[in-house]
Amino acid sequence: MSTPLLELRGLKTYYFTFGGGRVVKAVEDVSLTLNEGETLGLVGESGCGKTSTCLSIVGLLPPAARVVGGEIRLAGTDLAKQSAREMRRLRGSTIAMILQDPMASLNPLFSIYTQVAEPAYYHLGIRSRSLRRRVEELLRAVRIPSPAVRMRGYPHQMSGGMRQRIVGAIALAGGPKLIIADEPTTNLDVTIQAQYLDLLKDIQQETGVALIFVTHNLGIVAKMCDRMAVMYAGRIVEMGSVRELFGAPRHPYTRALLGSMAKLGSKEPLYAIPGQPPDLARPPPGCAFHPRCTDAVARCATQEPDDVACGLNWTARCWLAAQVLHDRATA
Amino acid sequence: MSTTALPRAIDFAAPNPLRRWLRDLPLLPLLILLPFALAAIFAPFIAPYDPTEPVPGAKVFAPPFWMPDGNAATLLGTDFQSRDLLSRLIYGARVSLIVGLMGTVVAGSLGTAFGILSGYIGGWVDQLIMRVTDAWLALPALVFAIFLATVAGPSMWNIVIILGLVYWTRYARVIRGEVLSLREREFVQLAEIAGASRLRVIVRHILPNVLNTTMVLASLTIGVVIIAEASLSFLGVGVPPPEPAWGLMLSEARSTLMAGKWWLTVFPGACILLVVLATQLFGDWLRIRLDPQQRNL
Amino acid sequence: MPQFIIRRTSYSIITLFILSLTIFAVVRFTGDPATLMAEPGARAEDLARVRAQWGLDRSWPVQYYQFVQNILSGNLGISFNYRMPVSELYFERLPNSLELAFAATLLSFLIGIPAGLLSAVRVDGVWDQTGKVVALLGLSIPGFWLGLVLILVFSVYLEWLPTGGKGDWRNLLMPALALGWYFAASLLRLTRSSMLEVMRSEYIKLARLKGLPGYVVIAKHGFKNALVPVLTLAGVNLVVMVNAAVIIEVVFAWPGIGRLLFEGIFQRDFPLVQGIVVLAGVMIVFVNLLIDILYAYIDPRIRLTR
Repeated sequence: MSTPLLELRGLKTYYFTFGGGRVVKAVEDVSLTLNEGETLGLVGESGCGKTSTCLSIVGLLPPAARVVGGEIRLAGTDLAKQSAREMRRLRGSTIAMILQDPMASLNPLFSIYTQVAEPAYYHLGIRSRSLRRRVEELLRAVRIPSPAVRMRGYPHQMSGGMRQRIVGAIALAGGPKLIIADEPTTNLDVTIQAQYLDLLKDIQQETGVALIFVTHNLGIVAKMCDRMAVMYAGRIVEMGSVRELFGAPRHPYTRALLGSMAKLGSKEPLYAIPGQPPDLARPPPGCAFHPRCTDAVARCATQEPDDVACGLNWTARCWLAAQVLHDRATA
Repeated sequence: MSTTALPRAIDFAAPNPLRRWLRDLPLLPLLILLPFALAAIFAPFIAPYDPTEPVPGAKVFAPPFWMPDGNAATLLGTDFQSRDLLSRLIYGARVSLIVGLMGTVVAGSLGTAFGILSGYIGGWVDQLIMRVTDAWLALPALVFAIFLATVAGPSMWNIVIILGLVYWTRYARVIRGEVLSLREREFVQLAEIAGASRLRVIVRHILPNVLNTTMVLASLTIGVVIIAEASLSFLGVGVPPPEPAWGLMLSEARSTLMAGKWWLTVFPGACILLVVLATQLFGDWLRIRLDPQQRNL
Repeated sequence: MPQFIIRRTSYSIITLFILSLTIFAVVRFTGDPATLMAEPGARAEDLARVRAQWGLDRSWPVQYYQFVQNILSGNLGISFNYRMPVSELYFERLPNSLELAFAATLLSFLIGIPAGLLSAVRVDGVWDQTGKVVALLGLSIPGFWLGLVLILVFSVYLEWLPTGGKGDWRNLLMPALALGWYFAASLLRLTRSSMLEVMRSEYIKLARLKGLPGYVVIAKHGFKNALVPVLTLAGVNLVVMVNAAVIIEVVFAWPGIGRLLFEGIFQRDFPLVQGIVVLAGVMIVFVNLLIDILYAYIDPRIRLTR
């Protein structure tokens, strides 16, 4: 296999607040790989570090945050070491991002045309008539009806679903190799959500773009993603193909997440994971999940587990998974 | 199964609660206001001379003591009647601070009262009060004040009442908004369900919660009232002589400006500036103290 | 849209009604209005004559009706001092006040808005700290004192600028500065907070994600959005400035409405004072109405929904 498109190795991103008095370890030792054309689901509760990881990749962390360790390799180049100008050149062209709230993502004072054209204008240097044609193409690709008319309109004339498609068009405008979608359907009507997901899938097949799909909804992961990475307290606790993880999850947290999904038609009571996610400024010793884990053993409270290989391209960060592997190996 | 340890409270380097309280005080505004307040209260004891009488033996238009021709007996100089400037400034603090404070109290009380009535009772009372507020806000404050002063005639209490009448509308609007949102809060609804009379609900529940806003608003706008009083005095419709008022002193100094008697203009105005500045800073401190969400403004 | 106009206009009429009622009531509340209406130094029979002339012996509703009628027909009385109709005097001096207000507003725009924008872009930097101080001073310095100090420095000591009166731009500069200073400070604060809020928005985040150059993000996406609330404030303020520049006009002997008002007070010329106050109120309410209608016309959201 050729070099992966994106490779994170031991990424650490911390937030420094109160003048350095309080350090929130939002991303702690995250490693993952993404190949061209692949879709990776990044899953977890709010505050687990999914968004911080994405912002670290594109280099748009808020001023209080910093990448303090690890590598972010995009086709070999370490993004963490790039200058601001080089990052700016990559953003919008090679890496694009779709944000969560379609009502707020678009500037109310500028036309659709202006906003979709910008990446093409600044990164690809396309002008006038070719630019207009490109914008029309893009709007057509995201299934906006009558694109030539619509592009002269303004955001407030469009519904949430349409606006999110336009955000998708903006992401495509620079010809990206990687699109990071941060909970793009969370703020959409349920009926529109499925349409949007289908759209993203089709675009991916047509353009071969790789997709990181950030979400807390496992149903979407099942539908959209080839592989998934489960995050908790800034760490990736399990990562592998969607089929393997859904079939036989090795990490207790993954199991709990899958268990808390409501199954249509089932009369079982909904299971909610007891407890709260930890304060990332003072994480618990040992495994970050151990206070809420039903299967925790003594070792979990004292030593942070390493990644255990459960299969091909399948890792879990848990002492119990290590035990299972050990048992199998010695059986 | 162990529970996650509660995060420890963040402790800065001030273990002693008294020290922390002291450290939180807005030092600068208080330092500025203190001398003025003292001057206002203890004027007869602090002022070196009688502000309305010429200083015996002093020249007319003596400059401040550090200039040539200056005299250490009259530290900041004298005016056209050889009255001591410093003494006049000290007595002037009385007028400005008292009128400013009382005017704000009147305006704040009226405004809060009407705001509460308007917000809580609603209906035609609300409409009436709001229409009056809008109408009175449409007229520029100074013009309105001048008109009232012309009609009412000069006296310190008239000025206080006039300032109250002109500025209460600013409070009413804001307080009404607060009351409208307070009205929907649970503790108010509980009291109403429990059968408390409207007056009781207002006094026991609404008023205390609204007072915070009133205080912040008052400290932020007392500067405006002080400047308004100075403006009225400057134009000759403020507190009547012989009481010295800073605005009046500025007006008297105008004709001497050409002759270069700068101290008669600079010092009174500087006093106004300092007092207003201090109240603004204090108001900002109070606002942040009482509502940390405002920090970013 | 027509509904909006009707509603807004009737609202203005109510405001005018209340204002006129207030002015009317104030005059009659405080003792004998005849002493105000009569010229200074009037004797008892003069007072009686004035009373009859102004109908002060009739009932209040009748008087009020007469009052409103006079205003509507443009009769605001005759100035004692000038022996001219007050309305004529007012409109004669109005252009001067307008000129001063425009100049002051322009100056405050030039000073306040760029400073506010810069403060926001370099938050907590040197510029921002300076800006905060300037804004604070702007709110604390009494305008008329600033005017006096300016005269002291630039007219008396440096002798660069004239001390007052109307003439060319040199006469306009200091009063405009003194008048506009307070507004510049307000503009600075408002622009700064507006810009800060815009910079935190999602669409700015997206603009950065597009990889647009920094100056484009700030200048194109940021500024334009930030200025919207600022301009709204400015429009309303101009009108108020025209009528409230009393003190500045007095300090600089500028022949505007404010100075006229001052003369009226000084010379106990009551019809002049009352007339100016009435006209000021009418003008402000009227212009506010126009501005609101104009905004409604421009903003498609209002135009289409009502």
